[in-house]
Amino acid sequence: MVAMNKGMKMLMISVIMIVLALVCVFLDLSWVSSTKSYTLQEIIDTLMGNGSWGSDIIIKEINLPRVVAGLFVGAGLAVCGSAMQAVFRNPLASPYILGLSSGASLGAAVSMMFAIPLIPVMITTPLLAFVCCFATMVLVYSMSRIGGTVRTETLILSGVAVSSLLAALVSFLTFIAGENLEGIVFWTMGNLGGASWEEIAFMIPIITTCIVLLITQAKALNAMMLGDIHAMDLGIDVKRTRLIILILTTMIVAAAVSFVGVIGFIGLVIPHILRIILGPDNRAIMPMSIIAGSSFILICDYISHAVAAQFGTLPIGVVTALIGAPVFIYLLMKRKKEVGWN
Amino acid sequence: MELTLETRELKFDYDGKPVLDGVSFEVKEGEIFGILGPNGCGKSTMLKNLNKNLSPTDGSVILDGTDLAEIIKRDVARKIAVVPQTNEIHFAFTVREVVAMGRMPFQGMLSGENADDKKIVEYAIERTGLKDLADRHINTMSGGERQRVIIARAIAQTPKIILMDEPTLHLDISMQFDALNLVQELAKEKGLTVVIVSHDLPMVARYCDRILMIHDHKIHALGTPEEILTNENMRTVFNVDADLIKDPKTGRNTVILHDSLSSH
Repeated sequence: MVAMNKGMKMLMISVIMIVLALVCVFLDLSWVSSTKSYTLQEIIDTLMGNGSWGSDIIIKEINLPRVVAGLFVGAGLAVCGSAMQAVFRNPLASPYILGLSSGASLGAAVSMMFAIPLIPVMITTPLLAFVCCFATMVLVYSMSRIGGTVRTETLILSGVAVSSLLAALVSFLTFIAGENLEGIVFWTMGNLGGASWEEIAFMIPIITTCIVLLITQAKALNAMMLGDIHAMDLGIDVKRTRLIILILTTMIVAAAVSFVGVIGFIGLVIPHILRIILGPDNRAIMPMSIIAGSSFILICDYISHAVAAQFGTLPIGVVTALIGAPVFIYLLMKRKKEVGWN
Repeated sequence: MELTLETRELKFDYDGKPVLDGVSFEVKEGEIFGILGPNGCGKSTMLKNLNKNLSPTDGSVILDGTDLAEIIKRDVARKIAVVPQTNEIHFAFTVREVVAMGRMPFQGMLSGENADDKKIVEYAIERTGLKDLADRHINTMSGGERQRVIIARAIAQTPKIILMDEPTLHLDISMQFDALNLVQELAKEKGLTVVIVSHDLPMVARYCDRILMIHDHKIHALGTPEEILTNENMRTVFNVDADLIKDPKTGRNTVILHDSLSSH
């Protein structure tokens, strides 16, 4: 009976979320300017190949890559967040807070400045982003590890400290590089519209594979949320699982940051909201994070465009931060016990 | 075949210092086996070696005739369940969800609980008196309740052996009895073997069939409570003046603690 209700609830939530995601996709595809949007009919016609010249350009060539990039980046970052929160046993862990995004952006920026001959930038960028991102993860993790345990305070502090340094380095590079690099805004606030179809095609398999592999670890992560010792007692190779998770999350962050820049707070906000609705079981949280993360990033993207009349198109990171940072602050204030501040 | 757990010349170094220095013993099926020693003597390290959470520096742990080094962790977890010291849990899993995790060693990577698993989980919940609390969130529970949940999870693991790390440490006195009475019942009914690591002399005297006393990282004595809990042994190992007596009311062993030896 209980299981039945739980299954029904999950099904209902899934349906609601998929509908929500579809609404977000069409909403973001519809945007033309602050005074004009396409109708649903026009979008469908254009996607089916019956569009006008204008709608072909705007929907297929401008909006569609942005929406597709958003779908995968949002999904990837949200799943990363839920996996990291489980591994660190800490609802505040996320790629942005722990400085992984800054680490990846440093790697990506360096690769673009100092092109290696013969190897295309499209490969060196995510590769170097991955290396720097993983190094950041190792650094932050070992800095915050005291006597075998990772405390929330030290983890967040290490993340913030390392992240500031890395962000400053990226700003420095972009400043001296001039035209070789995209602007500082890209590296701190992100831009979904910056990715070409080729880059998106490169990013999709990486993010998809990593998400699928992360979800296979959901059960092990549940046990690790009780504590590493509990997980070991239940037969889980904790060291191996942790390494797998850290590599997969790093790959997702590196792929995302290389092509759309640093977009913060998705990995923090989405798993947190989902846990309030669904409870902590990662077998539910991680798949749902895919849909919720995609929807969230597309809504933020739409908002960043919708305010264009007043402010011009905002960098998407401004919107995610305006929504995400208050959630972060709320978590710090209200969940002192949950995050281990006793 | 009779299930056995034994250690052979088990050594474990931490940072180059020996924590366990050549310990050999054998636990028999269905007995309650106490590993007794003062804090820092290496008994918790011993426990972690027994289910492969740690691997020995030298020597071996043998489960059913096979060296643990040759058994994967998951297969160890099918036979050995652990009740670790209670820690705070920050995520809002329900009691039922935590107990169901006991079935993990028997499940595939993605599969959920099947009908058998569900029955076993409900049995474990009932057995530990958690029926009314089954939908409560574990992060809101007291240390004693949490430990009962973890005992239920260990039962759900349908193990041959349960290892308990300081089961009385953070519990109210009545709960200490409840926890140990429960595992004693299971030992009698199901032939479950129980290994308890503790420094709680009266409790170990009361519940254990045999006791291993560790002192200075080595075996000091091994035998029945009457053989082991002598005034002399407790003087040497625990630095107390204490005697094993029969509780006049229950007729069971207990230890009466007279005084510390260092305070005079």
